[in-house]
Amino acid sequence: MAENNSQFPQWEVFIQVKNGSPYEHAGSIHASDKKMALQNARDIYTRRNEGRALWVVQTDNIVATTRDDEEEFFDPSEDKIYRTPNFYKMPAGTTNL
Amino acid sequence: MKTKEAIYTYCLRIADSNLILGQRLAEWCSRGPILEEDLAMTNISLDLFGQAETLYEYAASIKGNNATADSLAFLRVEREYCNRLIVEQPNGDFAFTMVRELLFSSFQKNLYEALYKSNDEMFKGFAGKAVKEAKYHLRHSSEWVIRLGQGTEESHRRTQWAIDELWRYTADMFEMNEVDEELISMGIAPDLKEIQKLWIKSVMSVTAEAGLTIPETPHVIKGGNDGIHTEHLGHILCELQYLQRAHPGASW
Repeated sequence: MAENNSQFPQWEVFIQVKNGSPYEHAGSIHASDKKMALQNARDIYTRRNEGRALWVVQTDNIVATTRDDEEEFFDPSEDKIYRTPNFYKMPAGTTNL
Repeated sequence: MKTKEAIYTYCLRIADSNLILGQRLAEWCSRGPILEEDLAMTNISLDLFGQAETLYEYAASIKGNNATADSLAFLRVEREYCNRLIVEQPNGDFAFTMVRELLFSSFQKNLYEALYKSNDEMFKGFAGKAVKEAKYHLRHSSEWVIRLGQGTEESHRRTQWAIDELWRYTADMFEMNEVDEELISMGIAPDLKEIQKLWIKSVMSVTAEAGLTIPETPHVIKGGNDGIHTEHLGHILCELQYLQRAHPGASW
């Protein structure tokens, strides 16, 4: 990532809609420290009642795959249909499985 | 003084302070040091407008005579405003705005916590909701004052200067008159001398951590309760009220 000294470091923001649900990526912000990151995330991404809890993590701390990884990481799973449990009979009356 | 009349004035005192500070913070829109801060300040501004609206509506319902929240906000003149003097002071630099925010939001937070125990149901309901906002405003400004106080030599100097400049307006926040007498006797509003003790404690905990000092200011400026303002309020009202003065009743 190119260094830009006029900006605070970048952080990624994850929001939990309600207790128990997964934290989902909402976007990113700039902040100089952890406290400021949480507050900026709150001010920018939860103004319209989007959630009840927040995670922020400095973008540099995220390890990500690259386009070059795609082939060997993800292509092999394309033809492994037996890994998805599509062949079981659903018990009658089950609605929430 | 009748209780209703006192409640009316008390509403205006809080609502006017919120309206004027909201307007001041809105002046930062598109001028914040970073985008995130721009939004933070305008968020706070909108919180304050929302609080002002609730109390203007309450005041209008007491006043009758077709008064509305809008007529109270937009059609009174300078001397009829009883906001606290500190909120009308110009934004200055970012440190100045944050110090003003710290001094005022810590007052508000302690005031609202006390109003939550009010015998007046309307004040109680208002305070219960507004105190959450005030706590966040206090957190936001405290963090910044600590950061700036501990930051560079320049940021420390500017923050200390802001405290020295603004301190003379702080006594005005705790001024009381016959309105307070009436409402204290009815268990509706708190004694501001008590609020002042809580306020100084919360301010000093922040300034101590920030490495800033509270000035000894023999010169104190007061007058908010009596509608005697600094030169700045008139200018704010010109801008704030222009539309309603030029196009009476305009709405969208």
